[in-house]
Amino acid sequence: MPENQSNRSLFWAGVRATLPLMTSVAPFGMLVGASGLTAGIPAGVIMAMSPVVFAGSSQLLALQLIASGSPALVLLLTTLVVNLRHVLYGISLAPHIRSLGRGWQWLLAYFMTDEVFAVSISRYNQDEAVAQPNLHWFYLGSGLTLWSGWQASTAIGLLLGSQIPASWGLDFAIALTFIALVVPALADQAAVLAALVGGSLAVLLSRLPYNLGLVTAALGGILAGMAVDLGWLSRNRAVKQGEEENIR
Amino acid sequence: MNEASLFLVVIGMGVITYGLRAGSLQLGERLPHWPWLNSFLRFVPVAVLSAIVAEVTLLANNTIDLSPVTNHRLVAAVLAILVAWRTRHVLLTIVVGMIAFWILQGISF
Repeated sequence: MPENQSNRSLFWAGVRATLPLMTSVAPFGMLVGASGLTAGIPAGVIMAMSPVVFAGSSQLLALQLIASGSPALVLLLTTLVVNLRHVLYGISLAPHIRSLGRGWQWLLAYFMTDEVFAVSISRYNQDEAVAQPNLHWFYLGSGLTLWSGWQASTAIGLLLGSQIPASWGLDFAIALTFIALVVPALADQAAVLAALVGGSLAVLLSRLPYNLGLVTAALGGILAGMAVDLGWLSRNRAVKQGEEENIR
Repeated sequence: MNEASLFLVVIGMGVITYGLRAGSLQLGERLPHWPWLNSFLRFVPVAVLSAIVAEVTLLANNTIDLSPVTNHRLVAAVLAILVAWRTRHVLLTIVVGMIAFWILQGISF
């Protein structure tokens, strides 16, 4: 990889890395637009969510809650819990954008979604050895691409409305994107365990109120990965083996 | 809620979401370089995204469905995982998964 690529080439690399994700972001955005309309929510409110909130899964959840007549406090609390994972993303990204000015940091914060985070953090980690100082242009290219696609697809969903049948399974498309992003990251036992524990707990804890099950499951998966990564388990095993040998 | 209060709720949701995003970037700058913290952060994307995948794939109408006969999402997801594992190709993974899902849905009609 050539060192010190230009801002422009990094920006376009970010665009190119994110475009394939449109195949699933677009149906998901259409689903958000269409589902709100079917539930009788004003089109202006549905459309405003996409630029103001810019977080797909919490938008879909909020529209379901509005449709079922939930009070404002429940909506805001759900948004807080469902989007708590962004704190983990922010903490992970922070060391990479430490040297940027406040303006850049505030701009990049706005584009911090699952997809942009996953695409950008793998690029940051990959290029760490080369010390590429302008990788935030890659992030910006990825963020703007996802943002444009999200706004456009929500609008299309509003236009098509109830013409989109549920059997298309548009919400499944986002799961496929996450599979495409996660599987290449399963490089060692620790990562595989984190994925398996996180996934299993999410299913087992899905009955917890306000989507707390998702956050708890994620923490469980992270702890499982850490246990292997930091040798919490293998150190114990080594100690036990040592003890057994001493006994002999 | 009327339309005006819905707009206020949307603005509230936006403030909360942006607050989490911008706040954590500022917080992250002040965090020390502890090995356990680095390890914690390494597993964040894998654990969070796997949890969402499992929820969307294995829970149909809030009940756990592990049967490959009735749960078309499960079969399509396993196929997508295989494609992602062998090719590491994002677009191919999504397309194969979605087409498999549609075919299975079509067969069961």
